[in-house]
Amino acid sequence: MPPAHYLFLSLALFLIGAIGVITRRNVIVVLMSIELILNAVNINLVAFSRIFGDVSGQVFALFIIADAAAEAAVGLGIIIAFFRNRETVLADEMDLLKW
Amino acid sequence: MTLPPGLEAILTFLQNWWVEIVCGVVIVAVVPLIAGYVVLVERKLMADMQARLGPMRVGPHGLLQPIADALKLLIKEDIIPDNADKLIFWLAPVISMVAAMTSMGAIAFGPAFQVARDINVGILFVVGVSSLGLLGIILGGWASNSHYSIIGAIRSTAQLVSYETAAGLAIVGALLLAGTLRIRAIVDAQQQLGVWFIFLTPVAFFIYLVASIAETNRAPFDLPEAESELVAGYMTEYSGFRWSLYFLGEYANMIVVGSVATTLFLGGWLRPFPNVHWLDWLDFLPPLIIAGVGVYCVYRAGKQPVEIQIWFMWAVALACFAVAVIFAAPLFVTSLKFILPGLHGAFWFLLKVSGYIYLFMWLRFTLPRYRFDQLMHLGWYILIPLAIVNVLSIGVAMILESEFGWNRWFAALLTSLFTLGIAAFLVNLYDKRTAAASSPATAAATDPYAG
Amino acid sequence: MLDSIAFYFFAGVAVLSAALMVTRRNAVHSAVLLVTTLLATAGIFLQLRAEFIFITQIILYVGGIMVLFIFVIMLVRLDIALHHIRFRLQRWVALFVALALGVEITVVFLFARRLPGQGLLIQEPAPADKLPPNTEELARSLFSSYLLPFEIASVLLLVAMVGAVVMAKKRIDQ
Repeated sequence: MPPAHYLFLSLALFLIGAIGVITRRNVIVVLMSIELILNAVNINLVAFSRIFGDVSGQVFALFIIADAAAEAAVGLGIIIAFFRNRETVLADEMDLLKW
Repeated sequence: MTLPPGLEAILTFLQNWWVEIVCGVVIVAVVPLIAGYVVLVERKLMADMQARLGPMRVGPHGLLQPIADALKLLIKEDIIPDNADKLIFWLAPVISMVAAMTSMGAIAFGPAFQVARDINVGILFVVGVSSLGLLGIILGGWASNSHYSIIGAIRSTAQLVSYETAAGLAIVGALLLAGTLRIRAIVDAQQQLGVWFIFLTPVAFFIYLVASIAETNRAPFDLPEAESELVAGYMTEYSGFRWSLYFLGEYANMIVVGSVATTLFLGGWLRPFPNVHWLDWLDFLPPLIIAGVGVYCVYRAGKQPVEIQIWFMWAVALACFAVAVIFAAPLFVTSLKFILPGLHGAFWFLLKVSGYIYLFMWLRFTLPRYRFDQLMHLGWYILIPLAIVNVLSIGVAMILESEFGWNRWFAALLTSLFTLGIAAFLVNLYDKRTAAASSPATAAATDPYAG
Repeated sequence: MLDSIAFYFFAGVAVLSAALMVTRRNAVHSAVLLVTTLLATAGIFLQLRAEFIFITQIILYVGGIMVLFIFVIMLVRLDIALHHIRFRLQRWVALFVALALGVEITVVFLFARRLPGQGLLIQEPAPADKLPPNTEELARSLFSSYLLPFEIASVLLLVAMVGAVVMAKKRIDQ
């Protein structure tokens, strides 16, 4: 497969993830869109690793997956802590610092 | 005549991959049937251990019971709870069943039978895809919109996630010895070393046994789906065919887990002592065992009360003898010797998987259920640290053997004893903790002889 | 031929389910659609012959992270009215950003090759049957050149685990 296909697939997923992050109100869905963005980057890395025959791209993709797991865990912990205080998961109602 | 290129591509594809496609179709068609018969075997075994007979009415000795059960479940009314999310309610059992069946694709029943041939990450594929059944459980519990379902689903998922870690680490122990993730290469490594891995790392096998019982929600870890606890846990609101998908998925998972244990620890399709040549007469065991079953059927045929049962026993005995002849043929006819590893290998593999599943069922009928906090404590506090220490000790044993030239058995024994010492220490800690937790309550215990 | 079919199938499923995911109102439906996207992405990895990343994606992402997400969605499930005001203005901002990024990357890719002697150096990928075994290559690289990032990743996961437990623990009020 020509590399352009992988690049455009990765681009499409990245853009959809970016739209999700900017548009959605539910913070959990925002976190899921961030995971989508990380996946798009992974596809890019692995595709180029295959094209250049260098396995470093896949090693880095592995690190990104591990990092995404850590980030999702901490992010969801924060959401649970916030939910316990304010009973909401909507982004525009999280305005404790507003004056 | 020249075919249009699309059709030609399809025909080339079929020509190259028809074996895999046929195996896949066989898995999808046959596994539910086999899972149904495993249920029958469980009921008969349960009956035998409880000094009764089990299903006897439907078909000779109850052999058509699974068919009757399947028909009953198919014609039952399909109830969907009121506020349930219909899409996810439909999807959840499907995920469970699909995960179990897909993971069967990479299992090798013999040196030649494998759907996903030689995939580089074989054993990880089986373990990973079968863990997708978790999604089926939690989505099913949530979609049922009922208290029992959600509590059952959360408990079951928590249990599965904890014991998956322990099972994975136990598998890593055996993989260190094998040096590869490919399924055929793991069994080949056991053949080269001449010993099943269970003898080199019995602690890992035991951890995997306990963890796989918890993975498949079997007793003594079946709190999430026990009837006296949560009605049926996440399966409460499912009826008819949807419930049978869950149920069959659970039994298919049992077969998958048994296959993984057999491949990693019990030598896959190898006979006992695969490299020792003066034990080559063990090759005659498969036909002898089958013929032995036939002889037993002949013996029991004379004691049957009803005439049709006598005919049936004779028919089974003749079938056993025919199969025994098929198994013995390659041993005597030299031109057929090439199918020997495949045929006998499949027999040994199925024998070992059956033994493993028999162990599951035996434990189910013998041991009482674990309470949920005891279950979680066992998983996190005892099994996972033990599995990590086991991986370390196997690494040390391998280094002792390769770098320092120690005897392999001595190194394995020493490190296993160390791991068992750690296990005893952890269990001792747990006993002290429960004793301390319950001692203030029992300090003021009533003296049974007072007054 | 099989490669192309596999790629188009998985790519189509991934993009379609991603697009559906960011537009569903029900958060659990979004989570299930994200699972589909992740499985399709794993399929793309498999098509690229990166088998270890494929199975790591399934075990970690789908079997771990998504289960965590579904748990949390179930925990914070509020039966709020679903007819709330969406971010009207933000939708246009999002579309503009997406369009801008998309056009920019497409222009870079298409025009870069026209610059004389300065194009993107993309060679033909190696044929699939001559690839070295993927897991061994990955392990060799991971445990020799990338050992320090590997250890740091394990410390990171430990820190994240402790942090998540601390964040989500119930405070026992004095």
